[in-house]
Amino acid sequence: MTILEIKNVTKHFGGNLVVDNISIDIKKGEFFTLLGPSGCGKTTLLRMIAGLVAPDSGQILLDGVDITNLPPERRPLHTIFQSYALFPHMTVADNIAFPLKMAKWSKNKIEAQVNELLEDVQLSQFKDCYPHEISGGQKQRVAIARSLVDRPKLLLLDEPLSALDARLREHMHMELVKLQEETGVTFVYVTHDQHEALALSNRIAVLNHGTIEQLDKPDIIYSKPKTHFVADFLGKCNLLKAEVLATTNDAVKLRVADSIEFSIKDPASSSYQLGQIGWYSLRPEKLKLSSENNFNVTHLSVIKSKVNGYYYYGNGTLYELDLGNDTKLQVMAPNHTSDEVKFFVDNSEIYVAFDPEAGNFLDTGSC
Amino acid sequence: MLRLHEKRVLSFVPSLYLVCLFLVPTLIMIFIAFREPGDYGGVAPLITHMDNSFQVNLTLDSFKFASTSSFIWQLFLRSMVFSIITTVFCLILGYPLAMMIAKSGKKYRDILLLMVIIPFWSSFLVRVYAWMIILGPDSWVIYLINKIIGVFGYSSVNLLYSSFAVVICLIYINLPFMILPLYANLQKHDDILIEASRDLGATRLQSFLKITLPLSLPGILAGSALVFIPSIGMFVVPELVGNNCSLMIGNLIKQQFLQTENWPLGSVTSIIMTLAVLGISLIVGVFASRLKGLKYANK
Repeated sequence: MTILEIKNVTKHFGGNLVVDNISIDIKKGEFFTLLGPSGCGKTTLLRMIAGLVAPDSGQILLDGVDITNLPPERRPLHTIFQSYALFPHMTVADNIAFPLKMAKWSKNKIEAQVNELLEDVQLSQFKDCYPHEISGGQKQRVAIARSLVDRPKLLLLDEPLSALDARLREHMHMELVKLQEETGVTFVYVTHDQHEALALSNRIAVLNHGTIEQLDKPDIIYSKPKTHFVADFLGKCNLLKAEVLATTNDAVKLRVADSIEFSIKDPASSSYQLGQIGWYSLRPEKLKLSSENNFNVTHLSVIKSKVNGYYYYGNGTLYELDLGNDTKLQVMAPNHTSDEVKFFVDNSEIYVAFDPEAGNFLDTGSC
Repeated sequence: MLRLHEKRVLSFVPSLYLVCLFLVPTLIMIFIAFREPGDYGGVAPLITHMDNSFQVNLTLDSFKFASTSSFIWQLFLRSMVFSIITTVFCLILGYPLAMMIAKSGKKYRDILLLMVIIPFWSSFLVRVYAWMIILGPDSWVIYLINKIIGVFGYSSVNLLYSSFAVVICLIYINLPFMILPLYANLQKHDDILIEASRDLGATRLQSFLKITLPLSLPGILAGSALVFIPSIGMFVVPELVGNNCSLMIGNLIKQQFLQTENWPLGSVTSIIMTLAVLGISLIVGVFASRLKGLKYANK
């Protein structure tokens, strides 16, 4: 069931087109993420949903009601800001009680509800503290409690974890997902952090230059990026030049890096033209390495190559291979044996194998 | 960070200045308050030699006289009322202005601030004289006002040499002292707090009352102190644009020292005024410190 409908929303700032005719349907109870680099329009889109910025054109519907022209205070949704925006002159309890006071709840009901929320976020003993007296993670939890205290239909989160250190951020990831499942409130989350987006979301919309590059589940966004931008923005990705050699109804035959030929399934293959140049995207961890050509599975594609250098990451080692013709290939080899010292050294001959279906063909974008 | 002895060296000159030119004169003034007035102005000799006995001339007469004189209390009360009216109007006029300056773009902000400060470039007296012309019988302002009230059947009024003129000038003179601290406070406010409050269900007005206003209380108090305290001791303005019924305590003090030459009474009046201002500051300070969370307002 759709709770939020964004219909053809457009916004200019000065002469710049910031949000370009975006339409998204967000389902009830979903953890939805708007992912993109800074300046891609994700925050502006969020602020338009919150009512803090008015769209130039388009409509925003919440639960079927047009809220495009409602002031922010009359929208049944709340925002968690990057800086938390806690009121410095109010205690933790008063901050959390603020939306209830504005909604004119009775004193007793406010107290009961605030105490419940304080317990939910484990801040009961800090209720009389002022925001500057508590830590960043605690401020974050106050902001969350304040935004959920009157059970809004929608919670908008504007890079809420970016001010926290890495460990705390990972802890908050789990808490956010738990909280979202417990409360059932629909979350719309804005971030530029791909790991965060992949780990937290039910669905992700990748934004660039004010348009949606791809909208799908995290695993599909990651393993089957639709555009050069998405492939490049989300994690490490090999983008190899690919030429269309032949097409059938649901498969396309490619020549990759001027040397390797194979066919992959592709439902859009009928729209490609013979000889068309595009990109074959393949994640580094989808490739296998060996010093001998001893891969015994038949559907793998095997290339002989040379090690150019490597980076040790602990859980894995990233090798850069030279395929010739200035084409580099990155391979992430998991360090799952205790024999970690035995790296493939520079300039050693090496065999690389991969399942062609693990990658996909991109017909758009340039490099 | 400065080391302790460096701080001492740096604060020596200002401390010396304050001791010589503020503390010592104040002590002299307090001392004079207990002396007897001289026959020809000033104070009578402290020790007189009469009939082989020395007499020390210290007295509480001036205090007795001042505390029972209804005239002095009337002036005192009037100074209070004028200063309170001035402070309130400066606040009403200054707050929106300070807010507008704080919220305008960087380019305009400097120009607007400059416009607030420009009046300081000309002499205080010149500015009061300017008001004498504006409020004077030949000005078009008065002409227009009298034309308008004439339509409604009222007789012409004369605005110069009145309490009205005194208060108008006090407000005009003091307005920048209200705007500048308010601006300094409001300009630090983060707009995101207002966005958050709107987002959490507060209207524009509620956001102002619940967020902006309490956070700007330190600015309001600073501005009010900077307006109220100089207003209460003002003597030039009532002298130039007021009449006999708009004299303030400052006029009395000046008169006691320069015309009547009753220094002890002038000193006593000054002491009463200083204590009154201190008392009011103390009350406001206590009141302010009890306001919940005010001390955290700018953290």
